[in-house]
Amino acid sequence: MIESKKLRISAYIILLIAAIICLFPLLWMVSSSLKPLDEIFTNMSLLPKRFYFKNYIDAWVKGKFEVYFLNSVIYTICSVFGILLISSLCGYALARLNVPFKNLIFLILIIPLIVPLPGTFVPLYVLLKKLGLLDTRIGLILCYINGGLAFGIFLLKSFFEEIPKELEEAAIIDGATSFQIYFKIMLPLVRPALATLAIFNTVSIWNEFLLALIILQNPLKMPIQRGIMMFHGTHITEYGQLMAGLTIATLPVIIIYLLMQQHIIKGITAGALKG
Amino acid sequence: MTTKKPDLNGLLFVLPAIIMFSIFTVYPFIKTFQMSFYSWDGISPIMKFIGFKNYKDILFNDPLFWKAMLNAAIITFLALTVQNLVALLLAVIIDKGVKFNKFFRTVFFIPPILSGIVVGIVWKWIYDGNYGILNAILSFIGLKEYTTAWLSNTKTALFSIAVVHMWKGFGWGFVILLAGLQTIPKELYESAAIDGADDFKQFIYITAPLMLPVFFIVSILTILGTMQIFDLVYSMTRGGPAGATEVPVTYIYKYLANNELGYATAMAVIFGLILFSLSIIQIIISRKLKKT
Repeated sequence: MIESKKLRISAYIILLIAAIICLFPLLWMVSSSLKPLDEIFTNMSLLPKRFYFKNYIDAWVKGKFEVYFLNSVIYTICSVFGILLISSLCGYALARLNVPFKNLIFLILIIPLIVPLPGTFVPLYVLLKKLGLLDTRIGLILCYINGGLAFGIFLLKSFFEEIPKELEEAAIIDGATSFQIYFKIMLPLVRPALATLAIFNTVSIWNEFLLALIILQNPLKMPIQRGIMMFHGTHITEYGQLMAGLTIATLPVIIIYLLMQQHIIKGITAGALKG
Repeated sequence: MTTKKPDLNGLLFVLPAIIMFSIFTVYPFIKTFQMSFYSWDGISPIMKFIGFKNYKDILFNDPLFWKAMLNAAIITFLALTVQNLVALLLAVIIDKGVKFNKFFRTVFFIPPILSGIVVGIVWKWIYDGNYGILNAILSFIGLKEYTTAWLSNTKTALFSIAVVHMWKGFGWGFVILLAGLQTIPKELYESAAIDGADDFKQFIYITAPLMLPVFFIVSILTILGTMQIFDLVYSMTRGGPAGATEVPVTYIYKYLANNELGYATAMAVIFGLILFSLSIIQIIISRKLKKT
């Protein structure tokens, strides 16, 4: 506890100001999304005179947020599933199986965590074009999966290493194959790490923009972050609908965050304190 | 298990990761270097080899590229100082133990989990010259002469983006710093208090030295993250007005969108090397810190 009373009061004032500054833009966004267009420019109060939900209906249907939202759900689920599957297979083998050159393989696979690789989106664009994956859903998903692998392998390998050897040995005596051990014994034991990875990647893929910008051209395939920019470009004056769209894009992330806060914080600190 | 022979079965487990990594990370990485020596529009079947011309043009003939670097460096400097000091102050207060600390921790980490696009567009509207709430507040409290179109004024645009970047980023430094602070045993503070050290002295002689490695991690992550800023700039100004908020990634993207792929990759190489040397310097210094 802070001893002096003066310091304690100023500490609370600082915290309160910081909290208000954090929340105000969000409250402003939600409040504007509930005002009709004429009220948006005249009523500066955070509380709308009456709740005007039509903005949401218009953004969802006319503004095509329905399409963007559904696309984002598909991209996020497929990518997160791919990340969990590939990085748990790899992390398990590197931690528990006698894979040749496993230390070298591990070091190479986690390079993206250590070395910044900016601008590789340019050759990535060329590559996808050559493979015929430009402007396809699968192209974007593959890039998202690849983006999550390094951290996934890094985190899961360290979790698999902590599991006691005896469990595995008993299963081997019973004649289980490596894959059965991985799937039936090891995976359930690292469930907390899988949950952290799933939540962490869900938020970052939901929010991703640059790759979606480069890879996709067809508006019907766009995820929600690109959808927002599309809407912003064509309905520049429809502030109420725009703010409703932003709220729709933000709500899933906020809900996941409030329910799964610990997993997100763990992901952040595990990522940062890795060095 | 006593067998020590290599388990080829294990390679099957590793294979999907290796294939993905080779195609989507290694290949583009190598290709970046190769393409940077060519002039290519991405469409024509012929790539024209031009040696170091792209590099020469960037280094000696492209002031806007260096302006973009400088702009990102200015935002980075502000994030390193202002943003991280605010994060540290808040983390220290929460670590001391206050009521409602769970509430504050939850709130401070909301901006970092939002998308750059959403944040950029909300703030773009807050900053709007005609309808923005910021100008409305300034007029209301009698500071009308300071109102401006924040993002279209070349004098204020970069600074305005930096403010949003720091708003979005401080909670993230806060979480890492708080995790670091919480590893410091509370007994250290208690015995120092018995010896008559006040809060400030405790911070200087206990907290700061023990937190040095964490400060370092936060600093390097701030540098690497901020130098690569894109979403906020793209959604707020797209690098305008007149290049006032251009940053390296928006600039590289413009050349990609313009089908000048050789030049774009050469910029990516130069930018990557600069970031790479920064992180190498960080690793060397943090090794030295660990030894002492």
